[in-house]
Amino acid sequence: MGEAIVITSGKGGVGKTTTSANIGTSLALQGKKVCLVDTDIGLRNLDVVMGLENRIIYDLVDVVEKRCKIHQALVKDKRFDGLLYLLPAAQTVDKSAVKPEQMKELIIELKQDYDYIIIDCPAGIEQGFQNAVAGADKAIVVTTPEASAVRDADRIIGLLEKQPNMESPKLVINRIRNHMVKNGDMLEIDEVTQHLSIELIGIVADDDEVIKASNHGEPIALNPNNKASIAYRNIARRILGESIPLQSLENADKGMFTKIKKFFGVR
Amino acid sequence: MKKRQNVTIKGTKEGLVLHLDDSCSYDELKKELDYKLSANSSTQDERHLTSVKVEIGNRYLTEPQREELKELIRQKKNFVVDEIESNVITKDEAEELLAETEVMTVSRIIRSGQVLEVPGDLLLIGDVNPGGTVIAGGNIFIMGTLKGIAHAGCYGNDEAIIAASSMKPSQLRISDCLNSAPDSLQSNEKREMECAYIDENRQIIVDRLQVLIQLRPNLTRLEGGH
Repeated sequence: MGEAIVITSGKGGVGKTTTSANIGTSLALQGKKVCLVDTDIGLRNLDVVMGLENRIIYDLVDVVEKRCKIHQALVKDKRFDGLLYLLPAAQTVDKSAVKPEQMKELIIELKQDYDYIIIDCPAGIEQGFQNAVAGADKAIVVTTPEASAVRDADRIIGLLEKQPNMESPKLVINRIRNHMVKNGDMLEIDEVTQHLSIELIGIVADDDEVIKASNHGEPIALNPNNKASIAYRNIARRILGESIPLQSLENADKGMFTKIKKFFGVR
Repeated sequence: MKKRQNVTIKGTKEGLVLHLDDSCSYDELKKELDYKLSANSSTQDERHLTSVKVEIGNRYLTEPQREELKELIRQKKNFVVDEIESNVITKDEAEELLAETEVMTVSRIIRSGQVLEVPGDLLLIGDVNPGGTVIAGGNIFIMGTLKGIAHAGCYGNDEAIIAASSMKPSQLRISDCLNSAPDSLQSNEKREMECAYIDENRQIIVDRLQVLIQLRPNLTRLEGGH
């Protein structure tokens, strides 16, 4: 029986889709069987980031409305030997096409066959959000070190905490620009974590390579040397609870932070 | 055998007291009250109104019944019912009363968009994040950082106070007074162990916690002690 993790943020443009794609990819790299589910119905783009757009035949709404079987709609990522699949969102309808109960059923079915279901949540707190969180066991909240993103993350955490059968959400701080943090123009990691008071599971530095990679339909996590890629793969390892123990999170983060610092120093 | 009187009228220093027996039926009581007040009508004829207190002992009267009694007394005499005193209240009223005087302890973070409302005092163990709101009928004590909105004495209690371990509110409200955070407030400024109260000019003042000892001695619930 697998685990369903929803990637959410409240605010748009903080990197939910990129994070979903990269955590999914990283988990697959670790040998786990992963299914990515795009719940951003009407505004799908996880397929674009994954470079699987051209191979979509059926979508999530087709599955929910029983026009096809789940396995028919799943797009296999050929870069991984049957480990990574994508269930794309529909593009022609909107969020009201799916109900939370239907999503729940769908996720339960997927959990039979996959180790991890990564659900990419749309921005906002309306129906799309309700659909995305309905079947999830865990949640990862993505934020950037900006006041507006942190405010929305706070709201989302409040909503997630009200969800039944949901573990306390974990935090990913994305797109950190170290030079701005140093100048005091961006919130510090500590400030964000203290404010949101949830467990930090990873920090990712802002990197042009990430955007470049998504434009090519290749998640950055496939790049073995990039720092952002390592950050995403570390998150995946923390999800697995293996290589980087969570109890030394503070040190690990400090370590990572100095790594990032060094990285910027080198540049 | 002489029937026991259900209605007795007593004169005290404070004025007239109508004592209504609590063991007879309500209808019986009404009848006797009607009769008694009519019988006495000749003795007092001056036009000025006398206020009376009505004691109903261990009888519970509903609001319409109270109104009915008041009306009855008012019609018959130059009496005005000052108050109706009963020894009993309903369970709901008791619970309400208890809730209003109780300190509600809550241990959680009030996040953006969340509203926590309690009828009495609130003791919050955790933060109020920006966009979050705490509302209390009484005082608000926050063991954490107040970054959102706090509204104490929301039913109109000017004596209510707001205290926080770290006071960085976006807005403070006490009773019907309102105080927005000054825009010039330095975010790194330490605002620790502070309280907010309404002063004599009906302005919300933020000051050290210790000033409350002088300003709001009623906060102390402990009786006696050394």
